[in-house]
Amino acid sequence: MKTGLAWILTLLVAGLTVPGTTQGAEKVLKMSTTTSTENSGLLDVLLPEFTKETGIQIKVLAKGTGAAIRDGMDGNVDIIFVHAKEREEKFVSDGYGAYRLAVMHNDFVILGPAADPAGVKGTHDAAKALKKIAIRKARFVSRGDDSGTHTKEKALWKATGLPLKTETTEIVKQGKRQQVFSQHPEGLGQWYLSIGQGMGKTLTYAEEKQAYTVADRGTYLKYKFGRKQGLDLKILCQGDPELFNPYGIIPINPTRHPHVKFKWADRLAEWLVSPKAQGLIARYKIAGQQAFFPDAIANAR
Amino acid sequence: MDFLIDSFLSAMLLIGSLDPGLLEIIGVSLKVSCTSTLIASVIGVPGGFIIAFSEFPMKRLLITILNTLLALPTVVVGLFVYAFISRRGIFGVFDLLYTPKAMIIGQVILIIPIVATFTISAVSRIDDRYRKTALTVGANLFQTAWMLVREARFGIAAAIIAAFGRVIAEVGISMMLGGNVRGFTRTMTTAMALEYDKGQFVLSVALGIALLGVSFAVNLFFNYFQGKVRV
Repeated sequence: MKTGLAWILTLLVAGLTVPGTTQGAEKVLKMSTTTSTENSGLLDVLLPEFTKETGIQIKVLAKGTGAAIRDGMDGNVDIIFVHAKEREEKFVSDGYGAYRLAVMHNDFVILGPAADPAGVKGTHDAAKALKKIAIRKARFVSRGDDSGTHTKEKALWKATGLPLKTETTEIVKQGKRQQVFSQHPEGLGQWYLSIGQGMGKTLTYAEEKQAYTVADRGTYLKYKFGRKQGLDLKILCQGDPELFNPYGIIPINPTRHPHVKFKWADRLAEWLVSPKAQGLIARYKIAGQQAFFPDAIANAR
Repeated sequence: MDFLIDSFLSAMLLIGSLDPGLLEIIGVSLKVSCTSTLIASVIGVPGGFIIAFSEFPMKRLLITILNTLLALPTVVVGLFVYAFISRRGIFGVFDLLYTPKAMIIGQVILIIPIVATFTISAVSRIDDRYRKTALTVGANLFQTAWMLVREARFGIAAAIIAAFGRVIAEVGISMMLGGNVRGFTRTMTTAMALEYDKGQFVLSVALGIALLGVSFAVNLFFNYFQGKVRV
């Protein structure tokens, strides 16, 4: 009985590892990125080009920035491509990331229904726009998933000066009690809908409920013009420097996680800031509009 | 190992401190799951009875279809209901999508086959002589049915327990039709999926432990109930 079980286990393990070893012959790099990068379609343009040049294939895991950073901390991936600058810098200074390169930026926009019940249209100050929504208690959909977009949204709510509710949850980490905070305006579950999902889902949700939301321009363009049935929401507030959204690429530090493929990750990071990739980024258009602006080379095209 | 211990201790902290966020999530889960189980039982148990005790053409086919529906994926139910109640769907005007009602509709569709097939197999197992005897001693149809329910109560209770287990543990319908809105439609399973997405594994596992605790409590209640009826 016992030997039978051992045999089954051996077979299972063998079955699982054999394809793994053949895969090892190819160059595969794992990258965690944000749903906004993935949903915008930019990666489908950039990555095949990189693979063609170097033979390195990239497995993309699209998540919220929080989860992507977590992947990096745990050494589950080789490189991360995210947009939450302060957290990225902390990630590098804490020793998880080898370095951070600024690749590009796009911007956030505040979207809402064409009827615009809160009268946001024409407001250039993002915090003022959110304040109007809160005062009218117009439906607002929040990512609520600790992503880069959510981080930005929380910063904007803070800038409105409205009273925010802070909730703390105690958890135990490495034997020590720790507190996890979350902040949101009053009216949770009534007009402020925190749905904890990706950017694309948040857009369709906001459309369904004809609500306001904060989104990155790339994903918005993709959902507005890249689908058969265009998104029924309009940009109501844009152009505020506070809505700036920089993306950084960070290879995982090989001294902390020796198993990561740093050499290839390094190559990808360097490639993304090369004139070629920067030109691809500058030329990437969604429905005739430039979606991302290269940051490494100012006048790339 | 640390990870599991951390999670377990966090779960204890969460439950012990009666964290309002956690209670809210458990409340939504229980409210939605209990309602859908109740509705599905009211439809599925009599439905199972009727199918089991009547003879009609295609009866075997109907039972086979019901059995097939046991394997119904939650995302299929979610998509199907979504198509009807979305703003662009025919019931769009009722603004049902992303409400607890929408979740209940989906869950009821999911578990009616479970309740019905379990009921069919429970009552089919009863010797037909019971029914005939009851009818010959002058019991009316309702009394006969009641006697059969008493006879099959264990199987019927199992049907309801299985259905409840399916809905409290499912994530597809709750996510697609409920939308995981905090304080409104966020359930234990969607909250776990979210905490996982956020990289907060400890909180996610803690919620998982809380979920098992709640299910255990509910099953204790059912167990007590089954025992009671039996006497």
